[in-house]
Amino acid sequence: MRRNISAIAVHGILGLYTLLALFPILLVIFNSFKTKNAIFGAPLTLPTPSTFSLVGYNRVFGDSAVGSYYVNSIAVTAGTIFFTLLFGAMAAWALTEYRFRWNTLLALFFSIGIMVPIRLGSVAIIQLVVSLNLINTRTALILVYTAQNLPLSIFILSEFIAQIPKDLREAARCDGLSEYNIFFHIVLPLIRPAMATVAVFTMIPVWNDLWFPLLLAPTGGKQTITLGIQQFLGQYITDWNAVLAALSTAIIPVLLLYVVFSRQLIRGLTSGAVK
Amino acid sequence: MSEVKIRNLHKSYGSVDVLKDNNLIVENGAFVVLVGPSGCGKSTLLRCIAGLEPISSGTITIGGKTVNDLPPAQREIAMVFQSYALYPHMDVYGNMAFGLKFAKTPRPEIDARVAEAARILQLEPLLKRRPRELSGGQRQRVAIGRAIVRKPQVFLFDEPLSNLDAALRINTRVEIAKLHKMLAATIVYVTHDQVEAMTLADKIVVMNKGRIEQTGKPLDLYYKPANLFVAGFIGSPAMNFLAATVKDGKTLELADSQHLNVPLPAASKPGDQVTLGCRPEHMRLGGDGTLALKGTVDIIERLGETGFAHIRMATGQTIIAEVRGDPGTSPGASATLSLAPAQLHLFDASGQRLG
Repeated sequence: MRRNISAIAVHGILGLYTLLALFPILLVIFNSFKTKNAIFGAPLTLPTPSTFSLVGYNRVFGDSAVGSYYVNSIAVTAGTIFFTLLFGAMAAWALTEYRFRWNTLLALFFSIGIMVPIRLGSVAIIQLVVSLNLINTRTALILVYTAQNLPLSIFILSEFIAQIPKDLREAARCDGLSEYNIFFHIVLPLIRPAMATVAVFTMIPVWNDLWFPLLLAPTGGKQTITLGIQQFLGQYITDWNAVLAALSTAIIPVLLLYVVFSRQLIRGLTSGAVK
Repeated sequence: MSEVKIRNLHKSYGSVDVLKDNNLIVENGAFVVLVGPSGCGKSTLLRCIAGLEPISSGTITIGGKTVNDLPPAQREIAMVFQSYALYPHMDVYGNMAFGLKFAKTPRPEIDARVAEAARILQLEPLLKRRPRELSGGQRQRVAIGRAIVRKPQVFLFDEPLSNLDAALRINTRVEIAKLHKMLAATIVYVTHDQVEAMTLADKIVVMNKGRIEQTGKPLDLYYKPANLFVAGFIGSPAMNFLAATVKDGKTLELADSQHLNVPLPAASKPGDQVTLGCRPEHMRLGGDGTLALKGTVDIIERLGETGFAHIRMATGQTIIAEVRGDPGTSPGASATLSLAPAQLHLFDASGQRLG
């Protein structure tokens, strides 16, 4: 009886929180299918046959640049995830597996990166990107985001790599694998759940970021979707239909990526390895 | 030829010496068991042979080739780990074929070798399973299979049976013995279980505190232990030790002033401190022999056909003697123990065997 009550309470609280979290998103999606008058007249109602309108979507997809903004966002996010995972896992493997002279110092250096917000270095980053001639390129964004996300990913992945039984690596050494092959064929497959976690952590802030796209790739057709949507927000007039439609569609890629990664978040992948 | 020779092997971690001046020859095709209490360095010695631990000094040769500085893969060894260390993300076939794939072995050759190993180890129905879907014994066989397919010069086993339950352990022990015969393989096997050592080995190496105490055939170690450590380690229950003083050429005085007439080596002088050793299975309850010890029955452990009587001497020391069937006595009764003179062991004050 008591357990029932506490279960109901827990589910009630979680349900309430879910509602709270989903409400703004649902509001954006509802209103993206409504006429401008209906958005302002009754923002909290569902679209009815009389208020239904695809004008926002027409305007977004009618704008040829929006497609390329999506491509930019996807490229930047995917590139960042790839490099963050690759370099993060490599650094984590090196720091956990090998005892070398500056090991602890290097680990400390990386963990400082978790504590210092990268935006403090924005001015220096702009100067660097300008002198590398990378302004208005996706490369600039990928590099900066990778640097931003590496510390935390190294931190998380190290913990997981440390849990891989030592015997497994030694068995692989006896099997004649090089250190690179041990990394790619033993370590990486075994930390897949951790990498999926890091990927999700990395992906969402990168996809949503407005700061660095604004600083490093504001023009030249290399804007990300978050920045691209800003064109519908004018100083005097805001095209709310287009903004809401663009925001709704911007959810889809990140949602798909999340579904892909969350399938990897399986526990117990290492069970059966030892003992 | 896949002989392993270890010369003056020394291994230290910082200032801690874990292996001290180890010398060992593992003959081609021999089954050598390294045995000793935990922390004696037996696993470290095995890992040094495997190349997983660098050595501090000395030489290791495998098949006539010095392998001191070679990585494990080039030493032509295969190791079976205590934890099995199967790759969890690959099926049984993948686990066995993995090393061969990286050695660029042609595919048909890999398939043939895996099929052969699977046949020997009865793993054929399991080839498509993942390690987590296997029982402990099956995982163990896969780990052995992974070693077999590499056709190594030397197999290294690191306590392979210690994660198995008692019944399976005995089965697998027999399997390993058969496998050794069938493959005519050179095996170095580490265990802390002296029964495994006695049953499997052609040659046992008893280690203690980083040193090799004695090397020999199982029964040699049993009948002629070189020192107190080996005498106490081999045999279960352990050998009984009695402190004694030499009275004259053929009499020992025990701590509780009992006298025993035993054949003593010519070199022993009156007043020498010695230790007399006698195994429980070489003692009999009841006194008709010339050599007899007196004490009180403390407890009797009955195992069925045999049992163990714990006899307390006047000094408070307890001696264990094997009894057969019904011992015909009970705790509290006084008892006499007969010793067989031929099966007594004498050790000098430094613990070395006399005679």
